[in-house]
Amino acid sequence: MKHLLVLGGGTAGTMMVNKLAPVLDKNEWRITLVDEYETHYYQPGFLFIPWGIYNKQDVIKPKRDFYPSDIDVIMSTIEVIEPEQNRVKLSDGKILNYDMMIIATGSKINPAETEGMKEEKWHKNIFDFYTIEGAMALRNFIKYWEGGKMVINITEMPIKCPVAPLEFAFLSDWYFTEQGIRDKVEIEYVTPLPGAFTKPIASRFLGDFLEKKNIKLTADYSIGRVDHENNKIVSWEEQAIDYDVLVTIPTNMGSDVIARSGMGDDLNFIPTDPNTLQSKNFENIFIIGDATDLPSSKAGSVAHLQADVLFENIQRAMDGRPLKKGFDGHANCFIESGFGKGILIDFNYKVEPLPGKFPLPGVGPFSLLEETRMNHWGKMTFRWVYWNLLLKGAELPIEAQMTMAGKKRQ
Amino acid sequence: MAELTIAGKTVEVTEDGFLVNPDDWTKEMAPELAKTEGIEELNEMHWKVIDFMRADYKEKGQIPTIRRMKNAGGIPIKELYNLFPQGPAKKAAKAAGLGKPQGCI
Repeated sequence: MKHLLVLGGGTAGTMMVNKLAPVLDKNEWRITLVDEYETHYYQPGFLFIPWGIYNKQDVIKPKRDFYPSDIDVIMSTIEVIEPEQNRVKLSDGKILNYDMMIIATGSKINPAETEGMKEEKWHKNIFDFYTIEGAMALRNFIKYWEGGKMVINITEMPIKCPVAPLEFAFLSDWYFTEQGIRDKVEIEYVTPLPGAFTKPIASRFLGDFLEKKNIKLTADYSIGRVDHENNKIVSWEEQAIDYDVLVTIPTNMGSDVIARSGMGDDLNFIPTDPNTLQSKNFENIFIIGDATDLPSSKAGSVAHLQADVLFENIQRAMDGRPLKKGFDGHANCFIESGFGKGILIDFNYKVEPLPGKFPLPGVGPFSLLEETRMNHWGKMTFRWVYWNLLLKGAELPIEAQMTMAGKKRQ
Repeated sequence: MAELTIAGKTVEVTEDGFLVNPDDWTKEMAPELAKTEGIEELNEMHWKVIDFMRADYKEKGQIPTIRRMKNAGGIPIKELYNLFPQGPAKKAAKAAGLGKPQGCI
């Protein structure tokens, strides 16, 4: 009897066990999933909490509701992965041997990486919105805020969901307008990227949006420290920017267990083949989702597209067949732009976001790189899709590989 | 791809002026490459960065990030910004004859 071990029961790990459990021969393979937390968070929903659009109950469900019944689930932290020995040690000393392993340990924010960030002002006037605690604390702050200067700052790339900070900026413009205090709120968007986004056409398009919404863009800015006593961020080159409230996207890093196991890069992300999702160092290990070192976006929607590829490659590996180079970096993101509208972008490793219609070429109903109400509804519907289809490993009408059909080169 | 003569040697460069083949690089090219990024003179510390980057690239096959230069190279980030202002990863990579570091999306 062979053993497939899955580390991490977040979006990616949950999808994989749901896809694999029904198809693997139970006389040949048993599946064990290890995770340390009981609660599954719908992370895209954190963006909506500070504005009171979602509350905590809207974004949490028990993880166990989403695991198939015929796999073993172990609730535990992992002490260390020993890939040379094909085994994993849990914190209680228990050893799990495996024949094949999927690592889906994700990424998380690490505010302590930046001097002065996680000090006494943390969650007082310095907030993240990438954790439930941060999003809730920010909600309580914004609810009673009467205005001042809000700085939204990305510490360094890569980050989970690279469009989320822009969405946060757009929603803050909308929210303070609705509250009737937009004239009392100054918003500055401070990023290490050369513009609003990474790719030229989308960067220009989204940069124009910031301008239209009277949000100041400060690009090419790398934060060195937070001067929390004087409410300033200071760059490595001593350029200071004042704030009354700082919304930070701290350094994102892979799981500590990856560092403890010596398997990651300097941010604890695991070297992964960009097309097959196999570990670059161990052929019986596959990586999916935010845990990889791939230059694709770190997001559940991307993990979903990877899952289709990995589902096939795991079975190929089990059957001793060559792997398919199926993943092309495809990402598909709804960008909430405020006032009940949204933008959609679709891109991969090689092709930047382009205008067009999606998913049906020429038809839609969604419009790429264009602001529409339908795109907003796509975004809001996604929560239902996530809980009811995506996590359960169901097929969605989005192909793993990006298509040029319906897209226009400018 | 364009061709450019740097320190007497004709090599292939990208449209941003990065060497296409890191193996084409010679020590003599570094000062000229650095000049294109506004760095007039290379001192001992600049060389420490360039040497580390080349060695690490050779070992790992990847252009080291700023964090890697701090962790594995022992070069403080602040120092990197002093040596190669406004984008040390990119500027130092160019002087070291490596490609343009790939940003993430």
